[in-house]
Amino acid sequence: MASMTMAKALNTALADAMLDDDRVVVFGEDVGQLGGVFRITDGLAARFGDKRCFDTPLAEAGIVGFAVGLAMSGLRPVVEMQFDAFGYPAFEQIASHVAKLRNRTRGALTAPIVIRIPYAGGIGGVEHHCDSSEAYYAHTPGLKVVTPATVADAYSLLRSAIDDPDPVVFLEPKKLYFASAETQLPARTEPFGRAVVRHQGTDATLVAYGPAVPVALAAAEAAQAEGWNLEVVDVRTIVPFDDDTIAASVRKTGRCVVVHEAQGFAGVGAEIAARVQERCFHSLHAPVLRVAGLDIPYPAPMLEHTHLPSVDRVLDAVARLQWDDQPDERWVAA
Amino acid sequence: MTTTPRAVRRNSRPAAPPDPARPLLPASEQIRLLDPAGAPLPVHPDYPAPPVEVLVELYRRMVLGRRFDLQATALTKQGRLAVYPSARGQEACQVGAILALRDDDWVFPTYRESMALTARGIDPVEVLTLLRGDWHCGYDPAVRRTAPQCTPLATQCVHAAGLAHGEAYQGRDTVALAFLGDGATSEGDFHEGVNFAAVFKAPVVYFVQNNQYAISVPLSRQTAAPSLAYKGVGYGVPSEQVDGNDPVAVLAVLNRAVAHARAGHGPFLVEAHTYRMEPHTNADDAARYRDADEVASWQDRDPVVRLETYLRDRGALDDTTVARVAAQAEEYAADLRERMHDKPTVDPLTLFDHVYAEPTPQLVEQRAQVRAELAADQEGAG
Repeated sequence: MASMTMAKALNTALADAMLDDDRVVVFGEDVGQLGGVFRITDGLAARFGDKRCFDTPLAEAGIVGFAVGLAMSGLRPVVEMQFDAFGYPAFEQIASHVAKLRNRTRGALTAPIVIRIPYAGGIGGVEHHCDSSEAYYAHTPGLKVVTPATVADAYSLLRSAIDDPDPVVFLEPKKLYFASAETQLPARTEPFGRAVVRHQGTDATLVAYGPAVPVALAAAEAAQAEGWNLEVVDVRTIVPFDDDTIAASVRKTGRCVVVHEAQGFAGVGAEIAARVQERCFHSLHAPVLRVAGLDIPYPAPMLEHTHLPSVDRVLDAVARLQWDDQPDERWVAA
Repeated sequence: MTTTPRAVRRNSRPAAPPDPARPLLPASEQIRLLDPAGAPLPVHPDYPAPPVEVLVELYRRMVLGRRFDLQATALTKQGRLAVYPSARGQEACQVGAILALRDDDWVFPTYRESMALTARGIDPVEVLTLLRGDWHCGYDPAVRRTAPQCTPLATQCVHAAGLAHGEAYQGRDTVALAFLGDGATSEGDFHEGVNFAAVFKAPVVYFVQNNQYAISVPLSRQTAAPSLAYKGVGYGVPSEQVDGNDPVAVLAVLNRAVAHARAGHGPFLVEAHTYRMEPHTNADDAARYRDADEVASWQDRDPVVRLETYLRDRGALDDTTVARVAAQAEEYAADLRERMHDKPTVDPLTLFDHVYAEPTPQLVEQRAQVRAELAADQEGAG
């Protein structure tokens, strides 16, 4: 076992995939010689040649549309959007073509493309560098949407994404890039469509993904001092979504808080809360709550801590889970 | 001390470097090999006329294409198609593009290319699937090497670049031809596609059918450029403009463009000046934005008549052949009419079949729900 960063695990996953499958090509902005602004593609051009890992013109719709054509020719493109918000020019290509190609052609053409996107905040980035854009993609049928929270998952989920017959939007939490863990590669973790319990508990379930998982785990740790034994479930793959694991946890604990960085309104947390209450209504002792980013454009670096879910905010939500069987005072009519 | 003769001194002045943009620019006038009535113009040094037997085949497919187009418009009026965007008047472009390609080349059509797809030999019923509404694409794009008809504008320009690059990367000499219209040249994806193709030297022909209107908006609102073909030079892409109602010139120019791409010189941009004789679709009212005189002026340049006149004058076409082609076209239309008569059967359960390779658990649930609904409906009906 060696200590390894998530960035290195992702880099190794790309290299191993290129080694195993000649059809894998990696491209985007600054991914060649430079190795990407976060160095996730470091060394790939040197090792596999500049035909397999290459820089493109600075045009995100072009990058993703080019990937569609390459996929039609039989290749397995892995593209990088440099930052979350810079992926928006590619949205039409993603929503209208990448996501729909299989469906439009009844499976005659497919788009086994991986779109890697460094996402979310917590790194002091200036505007347009910190968006959590997962809901846009998760709302689009035909896409799989994946986000790792651990080093081993980063490797394994990226390998699975590249092997997957369908397009995958692979969201990499920037603030976890340089967090390290003891990891032996090649690691293979649970497949797509499986959420994982990261911390066992009995009193309430925290459901989180990507950059919110460490926050949820820290909250679970801190909650012990308050006498709460919290379970933490890492969603891992937003699409396909694992209803079973999450519902089983909530049925056991009877309480649930969903935690994510993205703004809450019409976010993935709303979907999760709805699904949990549909499946667990009779097991719930309190409404499902959400701790999400504020419904504001991502703030400037000096203000981002107010926006981001914190341990305190998670604990405040846990405190409101009607432990004394009284209605939440915020919702009682004046 | 030697002195240099004055004449030598004058000649030794360094010549101005050649203008690198010059070879990329289109001719200042549309390439034209036939006059509007169909009489041959002087031979063009860069664009030799295609062999006459190819032109006879071009004529045959244009006649079939026009008949198909008329039939499709009629089917719309009968409610058999949800909508039909006609290409009548653009036969030279629609069919010429197909004849310039090999069967193993790739075509990236838009919704207006139904005629081009039938010219490619795709079953007209499969071509009309999108417009009839029983699925989004009726033919097998992988087998026909023809992308599904693109309804978002210009997005296919980037796909063509990627496909062509991917084919070249894997050692195949495939050419991709992307159809687009004048309006689509205003979209970002047109520019990104041409630029990607140029940077990667991908073998793509971008074929703009400038039919003068994007639904109702005239060309003057799309561009201030002297011609849409001038858009190539900014990307380092050679370009040409051609009379899109001159079938001989269209095929000659596209032959050169395809040869350029196949030889590994990168993309080529062709603008064909043409006109759609019908409204944008059956749902459009063209009288709101163009007058009858304008339409009539284009009627005089009818590409089918023009080619027929030319071939008759050359002795390559006679009454017998013309009658035989007309009969083929009638037969083709009658067969289409017949096969489009009955409503196709659609199965709601297939909605879940091609969202992912394996349906998600949520789709499995929804499929079961729809299946139960259908069973209940059937029970209720029975």
